[in-house]
Amino acid sequence: MGDANTTNLKASLFLSFAKISLFTFGGGYAMIPLIEAECVEKKKWITHDEMMNITVIAESTPGPIAINCATYVGYRQAGLPGALTATFGIILPAFAVIYLISLVFTDFLSLTLIANAFKGIKIAVGLLIVNAGITMIKKMHKKAFSYAIMLTSFAVMVCVNIFSWRVSSVYIMLAAGLVSLVMSTISSAKAHNNEKEAEK
Amino acid sequence: MIYLDLLLGFLKVGCFSFGGAYSAIPLVRDVVLSYGWLNDEQLTYLIAVSESTPGPIMVNMATFVGSTQAGISGSILATFAVVLPSFAVIIVLMAFLETALKNKYVQAILRGLKPSIIGIILATGVYMVLRNCLSAGVSVDYKNLITTILLVGIMLAYQKVTKKQLSPIMLICFSACIGAVVYGLP
Repeated sequence: MGDANTTNLKASLFLSFAKISLFTFGGGYAMIPLIEAECVEKKKWITHDEMMNITVIAESTPGPIAINCATYVGYRQAGLPGALTATFGIILPAFAVIYLISLVFTDFLSLTLIANAFKGIKIAVGLLIVNAGITMIKKMHKKAFSYAIMLTSFAVMVCVNIFSWRVSSVYIMLAAGLVSLVMSTISSAKAHNNEKEAEK
Repeated sequence: MIYLDLLLGFLKVGCFSFGGAYSAIPLVRDVVLSYGWLNDEQLTYLIAVSESTPGPIMVNMATFVGSTQAGISGSILATFAVVLPSFAVIIVLMAFLETALKNKYVQAILRGLKPSIIGIILATGVYMVLRNCLSAGVSVDYKNLITTILLVGIMLAYQKVTKKQLSPIMLICFSACIGAVVYGLP
């Protein structure tokens, strides 16, 4: 293991993730098949099972899924420097393209045709968000508790929007997490008590 | 202090967006509206641009907001802030990855968080769609309503015929064409 090898590995991590970033539009789940093709099948950096694990971890940890994946694969291959290189690789194309757009976007919108097109796009974005929500409900655990939390959060958030309440959605999420924690502690304590009584 | 606001605002987005880009949208909306960086209309444009440009949507959004608020240094700072939590969490988790996620308390919290996020996303989307169709909450905006109906029709028809969901980029392309025609009419 010479220095040249590790340098090559880092360069290759950077290039692979830059390529993944450059060719996925829409982010998030759209990236998973590309990451799988590059890191599992082509480079054999991780196994298919590991890839499944990463997907679950990425869903359960905050932040962009692609960043979670890049950090994991990079760290596995070359420790902290590897994690940094891979993450930098996935950020750079996204950053560069949008930075250039941000410089000219306002001028661009002043063209009537473009402004009209964006009025249509505005409608599509709302529909995309509703669609994402519906897709997530289909994948959700079909339990009364999950539905109750989901519907309560929905109702509170609708009120926040309509009445312009100054409540951050973060607090709704934290409250839901807390309720769930309390409920499961109570139910496991009950189960524990029942067991004790049964022993008597 | 705009730099501190950008850092804190996007750290919040990075820390609390579980499960992909759409779960970040209500949070990004929270942050940009409360600091007055964008209005609802500009935000929807930003979401569309982020969907149509390469890379993670959250990175796209952070870069754009940072750049328009405080130039290149703002964009670097906002991007750094949105990425940091997920990077840090994975690095820390690598040490005790399996055990941490199987911990019953962590599991219990996640069981509450995930459905809550879904409710929040859905509420945000439904609110956006309704607000487009009803201007000022009372009168119907016919051009927006027609566009909405056409787009929903396209989405459902595509799904019925191909058994697959229409990709977001395709929907955005359709909506741009429809928009150029519908809003171009007198």
